[in-house]
Amino acid sequence: MNDRVKWVPLVLFILLGAALTYGLAKPNDTNITSKMIGASVPSFTLPPATKTLPGLASADLANGKPHLVNIFASWCVPCIAEAPQLKAIADAGVPVVGIAVRDRPEALARFLGRNGNPFQAIGADDASQVQMAFGSSGVPESFVVDGKGRILQQTIGPINPPDVAGVIATVKAAR
Amino acid sequence: MIAEAGLAALWFAAALCALQLVAASAAVRGQTELAAIVRPVAVAQAVLTALAFALLIWLFVRVDLSVLLVAENDHSEKPFLYRFAATWGNHEGSMLMWVTILGVAGAAVALFERQLEQRTLLATLAGQAVIGIGFYAFLLFASNPFARLDPAPAEGRGLNPLLQDPGLAFHPPTLYLGYVGLSVAFSFAIGALVTRDVGPAFARAMRPWVLAAWIFLTIGITAGSYWAYYELGWGGWWFWDPVENASLMPWLAATALLHSVTVLATRDGLRAWTIMLAVVAFSMSMVGTFLVRSGILTSVHAFAVDPRRGGFLLILLFLYIGGALALFGARIGTVREGSRFDLVSREAGLVGNNLLLSAILGIVLVGTLYPLIVEAATGTKLSVGPPYFNAAAGPLALLLVALMGVGPLLRWRRDDGLVLLRRIAPAAIAASLALLAVKLAAPSIRLLPWLGLALSAGLALASIAPLWRRNLLRTPLFVWGMVIAHLGIAVSLAGMACDSSFTVEKLVAARIGETVPVGPYQVRFAGVEPTFAANWQALQATLEARRGDGEAIILHPQARAFWAPPTETSETAIHTALGGQLYTVIGKQAGEGRWQLRLWWKPFVTLIWAGGAMIAIGGALALLGRVRRGRRRPLEAWA
Repeated sequence: MNDRVKWVPLVLFILLGAALTYGLAKPNDTNITSKMIGASVPSFTLPPATKTLPGLASADLANGKPHLVNIFASWCVPCIAEAPQLKAIADAGVPVVGIAVRDRPEALARFLGRNGNPFQAIGADDASQVQMAFGSSGVPESFVVDGKGRILQQTIGPINPPDVAGVIATVKAAR
Repeated sequence: MIAEAGLAALWFAAALCALQLVAASAAVRGQTELAAIVRPVAVAQAVLTALAFALLIWLFVRVDLSVLLVAENDHSEKPFLYRFAATWGNHEGSMLMWVTILGVAGAAVALFERQLEQRTLLATLAGQAVIGIGFYAFLLFASNPFARLDPAPAEGRGLNPLLQDPGLAFHPPTLYLGYVGLSVAFSFAIGALVTRDVGPAFARAMRPWVLAAWIFLTIGITAGSYWAYYELGWGGWWFWDPVENASLMPWLAATALLHSVTVLATRDGLRAWTIMLAVVAFSMSMVGTFLVRSGILTSVHAFAVDPRRGGFLLILLFLYIGGALALFGARIGTVREGSRFDLVSREAGLVGNNLLLSAILGIVLVGTLYPLIVEAATGTKLSVGPPYFNAAAGPLALLLVALMGVGPLLRWRRDDGLVLLRRIAPAAIAASLALLAVKLAAPSIRLLPWLGLALSAGLALASIAPLWRRNLLRTPLFVWGMVIAHLGIAVSLAGMACDSSFTVEKLVAARIGETVPVGPYQVRFAGVEPTFAANWQALQATLEARRGDGEAIILHPQARAFWAPPTETSETAIHTALGGQLYTVIGKQAGEGRWQLRLWWKPFVTLIWAGGAMIAIGGALALLGRVRRGRRRPLEAWA
């Protein structure tokens, strides 16, 4: 056997171990400064993702009212964990709209039936095009958008219970 | 006193484990007078950990609330079964079960392994002791299951209601037997690397142990999948959740190992690779344990997560996996190359099996850890879901199924391509006919399930082909085992394809008296009434399902509210018919006297688990066949 090849497994494992160490040691901070803050939302028009709610277009986000745009999917596990927080935000009077990434209507209906539906509209982003235009690389991600369609805040990963007050405050301040 | 006795037993077991390590390593280095004590020490160690585990079970059954763990996870009003099973429905208890199985597996090797050369066996038992010491330290210093609570509370906090199911009594023990059973393969590999004794005799000795662990792992995964299916009420049977992947990865590695060890035993090939797989299989068990226990990945299954313990487990991971791979790097160069073989041969087929299984393992590992790696690199959090896993692993799995049809029909060393074609022709024709028939019957079927159904038809025929023209009574048991296990894959695959393509789902807000059609059934919503048991109360729906003019089947799905701890769960009601399952869930009240009902008709979904059971039965037959044959060889005297 080649002399270098036999050490490859060990090197691979050390890389894996480094990733795990990082995962264990990382600070639990989900709010990061995003290049998208201050930018306008990309222009898009998405068809409805379910039979019960309308679709979503960039024009809906520039109607004078601030919104929380939640990029999610029914197949995403952290999105289930995030659902109660979205519900709390919607209950506080914040209009929450969704962009469902690579989803199917029946799976989405099941997801909403099980986890509750905080959304006023959900657009179907079947090819992740709008998600990428938003500068988002995964689900879930949430954007606070002001009444003119400018992005004020980006939350990467699920909105955790301690983040809820901050999101609501940002939306209220934008009014 | 019971708790103190348990803790004392654990300390004694740890001390014996250290003694086992010292004695066995000294014996390997040539002080043969110490060899005689290794076996009794290994057995005594197992007896003591088993005693500690039994005492913990006793504490749980009699709900001794002065023990912290019992107070946090037990409740006096729970039925006996759940007080018993709650022992391992938490972090400390499940780790004690882990260590108990580790000790018992080591003792089993010490008692029953007669084929392995003595020095290698001693090195193997030393390896088992090295693993043991780390996990004893973890239990004693970082997660003592016997810690006291003073003053004792009046009542315990209860067990997660999702776990209050007969499945808890069965699924974790079998899964752990598989997980930890693989430690034996790991220790065998360490032993063989230490003594440089890698060859057919070593492979024949290791094979039954790998088989045994693999059988339990198969049962554990199959049972866990069915448990999640009926308990979570989501209608799915596999979610690509990190915890599920954590059990799938060792299974993939062990399956590859099972096949490569056959090449080593029969043809003395794939020496280094087999050792590597033996290391990887148990490493995946440990990585899986770490992922589940440390909670660094978001999972719906994270029942007993404690990040503080993660650091300890990570250090063990580095020591054991890193140490084994370093030993591999240092020693494998001195292992002679095995014999070579032709491109068209049974060996080549098994190499293909191994490459595909390893590729799938890589895909699952990358998909499971990808969120973590991306976060380390860019600070971005994300989730990888079924779209990735199905698209990446699905085609490879189907390729593997196709190869599975061909492999067993190949001859060792070299085979003739043309003769082979004649042998696989019936299966290929069956697969092609199924391909056409499925497309005609269901024109809108998606590509993967379509190919899946066709391949499962082909594999079903191909997997029984090795029995062709054989005297069935004189066919060795391990050939029967292979045939049944491969047939099980075909059956399971057919179930998966049917479930993903032909499931009918209805999500309705129904009034009492309303009738909803689902698949071949008319389901009438007859009423809702409250009901209760010792530790929960529930709203129970009565559903009358009729197929044509037949007798009504009564189903009672429940929305349960547990009070210790306060949680709501939905209990599915499932009717199993010959052609599939009617799966019903009652959800929230939807206002105006309406209730949310979720109804599924899932054709042939039971085949998924029936196939899993066949795979395990096949494994058991193969194990029986191998052990019987091994017995007939002359026993090596133990010096």
